[in-house]
Amino acid sequence: MKKTILTIFAIVATVAAFSQSERYTSAMKQNISMLDSALSNGKIIDLSNNFERIANAEKTQWLPYYYASYCTIMDALMREDKKQVDVIADKADSLLTKAQELAGNENSEICVIKSMIATAHMTVNPPGRYMKYGKVSDNYIEKAKQLDSTNPRPVYLQGQNTFYTPKVFGGGKEKAKPYLEKALAMYARFVPATELSPSWGKSGTQWFLSQCD
Amino acid sequence: MYSNNATVNKTFITLTFLLLSAFSFAQTTLSGVIKDYKGKPIPGASITLRDTYDGATSDSSGHYNFSTPEKGEKILAVTCVGYKAWEQTINLHAGQMPVNIMLKENLDELKAVVVTAGSFEASDSKRTTVLNSIDIVTTASANADVTAAIRTLPGTQQVGEKEGLFVRGGSGEEAKIFIDGTLVNNFFFSSVPDIAQRGRFNPFLFKGTVFTSGGYSALYGQALSAALILETVDLPERTSANFGLSTVGLNAGYQKLAKNNKASWGINYNYTNLLPYFAVVPQKPDYFRVPLYHNAEGNFRIKTSRTGMLKFYGYFNYNQLGLRNQDIDSSTLKNAFGLFNNNEYANLSYKEVLGRGWKFNIGTSYSHNLDNVNTDLQNQDNENQHIPYYPYLQKAFKVDSRSQLATVKTVLEKHLSGISAVRFGGEYLWNKENTDYSNDTIKHALSSYIDNFTALFAETDIYITNDLAAKLGTRYEHSSYLNKSNIVPRASMAYKIGNKGQVSFAYGMFYQKPERNYLLFNNNFLYQKATHYILNYQKLTSEHTFRVEAYYKKYNDLLKTVPDTNNLGYGYAQGIEVFWRDKKSLKNFDYWLSYSYLDTKRDYLNYPKSMTPNFAATHTASAVVKKFVLNWKTQFNASYTFATGRPYYNLMADGAGKYYIADQGKTVTYNNLSFSVNYLPRLGKKDSKTFIVWVLSATNVLGNKLVYNYNYSANGMNKVAVTPPAGRFYFLGCFISFGIDRTEDVINNNL
Repeated sequence: MKKTILTIFAIVATVAAFSQSERYTSAMKQNISMLDSALSNGKIIDLSNNFERIANAEKTQWLPYYYASYCTIMDALMREDKKQVDVIADKADSLLTKAQELAGNENSEICVIKSMIATAHMTVNPPGRYMKYGKVSDNYIEKAKQLDSTNPRPVYLQGQNTFYTPKVFGGGKEKAKPYLEKALAMYARFVPATELSPSWGKSGTQWFLSQCD
Repeated sequence: MYSNNATVNKTFITLTFLLLSAFSFAQTTLSGVIKDYKGKPIPGASITLRDTYDGATSDSSGHYNFSTPEKGEKILAVTCVGYKAWEQTINLHAGQMPVNIMLKENLDELKAVVVTAGSFEASDSKRTTVLNSIDIVTTASANADVTAAIRTLPGTQQVGEKEGLFVRGGSGEEAKIFIDGTLVNNFFFSSVPDIAQRGRFNPFLFKGTVFTSGGYSALYGQALSAALILETVDLPERTSANFGLSTVGLNAGYQKLAKNNKASWGINYNYTNLLPYFAVVPQKPDYFRVPLYHNAEGNFRIKTSRTGMLKFYGYFNYNQLGLRNQDIDSSTLKNAFGLFNNNEYANLSYKEVLGRGWKFNIGTSYSHNLDNVNTDLQNQDNENQHIPYYPYLQKAFKVDSRSQLATVKTVLEKHLSGISAVRFGGEYLWNKENTDYSNDTIKHALSSYIDNFTALFAETDIYITNDLAAKLGTRYEHSSYLNKSNIVPRASMAYKIGNKGQVSFAYGMFYQKPERNYLLFNNNFLYQKATHYILNYQKLTSEHTFRVEAYYKKYNDLLKTVPDTNNLGYGYAQGIEVFWRDKKSLKNFDYWLSYSYLDTKRDYLNYPKSMTPNFAATHTASAVVKKFVLNWKTQFNASYTFATGRPYYNLMADGAGKYYIADQGKTVTYNNLSFSVNYLPRLGKKDSKTFIVWVLSATNVLGNKLVYNYNYSANGMNKVAVTPPAGRFYFLGCFISFGIDRTEDVINNNL
């Protein structure tokens, strides 16, 4: 009898846990599927809030904080008016810090976002801030590559940064193209660790490549 | 059995269906509007049912709407960048639940209004920045002299015969310069008659500059007109060595950044010798000792914690020069002026955040300056002449002047709720002045004094809202030598109008001791006094800066030297100033325009009545233009300054010792067009470890006649224009820095 009760209890608990993780996975999948469209329809803040909500409710998952940080920094990078960029980038940074705490280490994907945060700070005043933040951004790209040589995102960022750097400063379309081509090849081979793991950037790479010709 | 089972199954399905529908019917829909306390909708706010996935983001009209299956008591939380977090426990019941929410604006330094009356900030980080540190070195007329760049801002005069910042009708002595919070004596190279001297310090030493032309904070005192507040740089970006060669000398330096990126040290040496330059470009005076400078600097900076910083800067300088001019009283005689100068300066500062909103700042500095001045009367063969009667007797003398200043200043700051803060502290200055004077009849006349000067100050920043701020302060000062104390109020406030504009007002009383030349012989003085009233409007967007400022300044207790030495002088200054900077309208073009109108009169020193001093022009205007041509890797800079003529006077004493104006006039208008070009051949070479800057500059390229003032002979019969030592000044230099790249270290140390 006791055994039966225990068994039932165990089954109930497993089912509950399963449905909980099912709920998490499906909510994450749904939000991840909106990443590309949110960037074009101005819903990126909404999406960031969705991820943050999941993160705060789950408390133990690093990915929702990671995605919330990614959406936040994309919002900062896309803004024409640079006045709020520093504050938004700081918010992305605090979300990323939580992600890193839960992930337990500074992994390649986290370095990618750190590079983007530095880039966002730089865009506020490129001539005055390049020396500081440009270097930080480049260093995190390098670190992201070191930590995972198969990750296409640092290569994509490098292509994107080169694309936006003026020709005389060693940037430009021609210089960017090899990076983007390399990134695209890497995306073809890249297999995300889990179905929720970061896989963004392929369409962006394709768009930048199309602008290079 | 079978059918039974089917029935059970059916019942089960029905039940499940019912439960499911009940479940979905029992959903709560929350909706409402999120606004700030002014009723303005807030878009992008996140509304969350705490610990659930349910929530929404407010749309552009502040509306939100979401459904949740949750039941009972839950916490509804709202967050938005720039606003205080909001939360409330709500009892969820099925159906529609309207919840309208008001968010309080976060008082944050980025959005809050900043008092700008009277102050121009040049830094790389602050939002109120009008110029940044690169602007200072690329202003064509400045030749990398901090104060020369400041002279393109409104409120300053184009005074070329004497060093110092002449601000809003104030003399050069009325503007004081502070490095990392403490007063710097002898900021400029020692005075040479009728030739303004440069500032001693390299502009690259400073990351932040605040130029206040009045109404400044209670943290600073002993300056009647203006304060230039300089903040030294923190840790360098990387280890580097640099070398420079120019038409006036050479320099070399090394900066070492520790591997852990938490400490650095550096040394620099600068040698300036104008011999080759003077050989090519003739000078009006006859230099019997060509200007020569040895300059050594050392620094260390230690990041003592995440928020703590300890900085040291030391400076040693030796320089000499000697020049001869035609004597004004005699056509056969010449005046020779010789100077040897030794100057040492050291500054140690420490700042730390103590937690619980407390910040601590302490700075200490020591400076020592020794001038050995020798003036002689010489004949056409440059042999010394001794003529023991007026006016020649006074023209040959030797004087050694020594100044020593030790200061310590502490500021404690406590952040109150929001971004309001209170700041208080004190400073102590020990100052010793000596002179040793000899001429044909007097041998070693010694005079000296020591002043122990203490000040206490307190100031508070009060943010009533993001749009309305006030700064109230007070300062107490005591000089042991004068044996007098003073206590003054300082107040300012700022109010935001619309999105980008703001109005600010500043008021303050300022005291200053008389200059050392008077204090050496007498301590029976009052403090000189100025009262400032400033009204300012500023509109700042990412493309443009527009400022207009009106002020009134009242002087009391100015020093009089005739008929007796006393504090019965007085005066006023009033004016309107406009500043416009545009970085965006024209691509790669950046320019600023300044205009100052000044109306000032004073009765001080030997003035026979209240009159406009000879350092005050009614209208002054500057235009500074910079254009970077990316493809040429070259920046072109030009600046043009215009000022109406300044008055000049010949003040002579009558038989009774009473001064009168024997002659007066106005100098010609001042026009000065300067150009400079910076060429950066290694720009954009990403992995290049050397960085090269070529600088070519020329001042007064049009060769306009610049007359600063007139000197008169003792009998008033001979009048000679004071002009620059040469019509134009040219500079060509090449500066190379070798960056020692340590990218790997940086990565490994996790930045």
